[in-house]
Amino acid sequence: MSKKQKKMLIRIIIGAVLMVVLYIGYRFFGEETEGDGFKLHEPFWFLLYLIPYFIVGYDILIKAFKGIINGQVFDENFLMAIATVGAIAVAFIQKNGDYTEAVAVMLFYQTGELFQSYAVRKSRKNIGALMDIRPDYANIEAEGGLEQVDPSEVSIGTIIVVQPGEKVPIDGIVREGQSSLNTVALTGESAPRDVAAGDEIISGSINLNGVLKVETTKEFGESTVSKILELVENASSRKSKSEEFISKFAKYYTPAVCFSALALAIIPPLVQWIIPGMEPQWFTWIYRALTFLVISCPCALVISIPLSFFAGIGGAGHEGILIKGSNFLEALSKTKVVVFDKTGTLTKGVFEVSGVHHNELENEEILEYAALAECASSHPISKSLQAAHGKEIDRNRVSDIDEISGEGIRARVDGKDVAAGNAKLMKRLGIEHIECHHVGTVIHMAIDGEYAGHILISDVEKEGSKEALKALKENGVNKTVMLTGDIEKVASDMASRLGVDEVVSDLLPGDKVAKVEEYLSGCGKNEKLAFVGDGINDAPVLTRADIGIAMGAMGSDAAIEAADVVLMDDDPRKIVKAIKISRKCLGIVYQNIVLALVIKFACLILGALGIANMWLAIFADVGVMVIAVLNAIRALRVKNL
Amino acid sequence: MKKTYNIEVDCANCANKMEEATKKTEGIKTATVNFMTQKMIVEFEDGADAKVVMKQVLKNCKKVESDCEIEL
Repeated sequence: MSKKQKKMLIRIIIGAVLMVVLYIGYRFFGEETEGDGFKLHEPFWFLLYLIPYFIVGYDILIKAFKGIINGQVFDENFLMAIATVGAIAVAFIQKNGDYTEAVAVMLFYQTGELFQSYAVRKSRKNIGALMDIRPDYANIEAEGGLEQVDPSEVSIGTIIVVQPGEKVPIDGIVREGQSSLNTVALTGESAPRDVAAGDEIISGSINLNGVLKVETTKEFGESTVSKILELVENASSRKSKSEEFISKFAKYYTPAVCFSALALAIIPPLVQWIIPGMEPQWFTWIYRALTFLVISCPCALVISIPLSFFAGIGGAGHEGILIKGSNFLEALSKTKVVVFDKTGTLTKGVFEVSGVHHNELENEEILEYAALAECASSHPISKSLQAAHGKEIDRNRVSDIDEISGEGIRARVDGKDVAAGNAKLMKRLGIEHIECHHVGTVIHMAIDGEYAGHILISDVEKEGSKEALKALKENGVNKTVMLTGDIEKVASDMASRLGVDEVVSDLLPGDKVAKVEEYLSGCGKNEKLAFVGDGINDAPVLTRADIGIAMGAMGSDAAIEAADVVLMDDDPRKIVKAIKISRKCLGIVYQNIVLALVIKFACLILGALGIANMWLAIFADVGVMVIAVLNAIRALRVKNL
Repeated sequence: MKKTYNIEVDCANCANKMEEATKKTEGIKTATVNFMTQKMIVEFEDGADAKVVMKQVLKNCKKVESDCEIEL
């Protein structure tokens, strides 16, 4: 508890004790007690009751007063002030000594506020702890041992030392030592990752056993951990429709109830006054109006909605799913179409050369030409060619590299004109090629304008892809689509193996946006489209979709920028999990909205009819808030979804 | 120009009110108050002096919620 909260708690306790003492005292020494014993007369009781009233509620009265001066009439302080002052006045005029009610209302109201601020503070801390990946220092080797410095002061290329139990403060490459890393805070993956010299490691992971010497490759501000923290801290700055609805609702609700209360206090007794033979019951109706005011505070709603979203985002973050705002969490729960980019999301994106056909040259020689021609490309295919070639590449042997988007590469290797690419490239160059009857990506090779055979590369499906696609359908997604630049045969083969509904093949990178837009226009108003990509080359599509999901994004800044939801590891099952989390969170949000509204309106009606008194009103008000807050915190628990 | 400020505010509705008040301040393009993280993200209009504008923002916020604080 903070200092402020402790002070409030003490005030509440003193106020409550005094109130109970006065209540009992009134039974013995009040105006209506029988016998000739000692009696206290008004205005003593009035003055005595003012003591606990002011102890508990003085700040509310001051705030209400300030609010009126500043032209902010309809705030909850004003309402509570009017309701309680009114109740005291009614009791004073009627001389029934029933001041307890006013004090109790103030007491419960303050208790509710205290509970609310306590719960919010607590959950803020909880969620903060979930994302406790901020490194406090970095170790630098200095004379006579290690020196701890602020991570932001470490420049690129510095060797830092990470000891067992410490967090890796900055992204880098291991230069010495081997160890296991705990990346659970980053990816939600609990199995430790083994690293040795030469491996890249990511800041935010925890070193478990060995001592590592790491050469930093980024500054602290650009490191994964900073990017994630920035993202998490700025999450929920984008408000969801539910939140906007609630703030709008609160804006109109309070004044509406106030005017209803005024009408309730004036109109019925006036009517009674006009009708002959009826006595106007002014106090009864004023009392009912005051009850109205107590119910009019929109706190339960206003607090529980953002708290639910905050908890949902926090819970997701702990599972390695970073959601950039409550609006995206909301959209995610309405996902009906999921469009996948094939490579790197559903498939491993690690292509393997599975054969070399129709070649006259040696296999190795063909592979060498291909690897050399593609040496400047970062495309997964060229990487796999280089992996199959398996030797150091001497870039001096290559010149005039011309990358033709969607077709392939032409380059001069050892003075020979080498073309490596798909059938389109061969056709354009007027080279006769032989179609491959195997399934996979085919790289046709032409050397000096002569066909030299083709290399077959196939992609491997990712573990969990099939399962994820099935689970998506089971969780209310209507359509799954796979987009790929592969030729139709490869694409549909993979699609049927994975169980994707629709597949669009032969796409150039630029076509993907158009295709996604096509699917977007096919979506209804409440149907959202999610695009899942690996963050490489698909930033525009990630931005265009209702929800852009980037996976395996550790270390990829572009993806973290462009996406709305970032999956820290590349497990497609996390998409299902993200949708489930969003559904649970939104479920809680709706529960809270309905619960609060139903109880408030029920109390308003009962209050107007005179069935509910001020006690019930304040219980309803505080009770709903407590329930709503507890329910909201439930959104944090998403582990077993 | 976008800037983030730490704030102190006790109730969620008060945070909404602060947001409204901030948005209405001259020199502010748009603003979001995040009650849960106790942060205010402000986008200033071009050419606005952040310091001067934020002083006015604080003044306006105090009007709607006397208990709030913005770390300037």
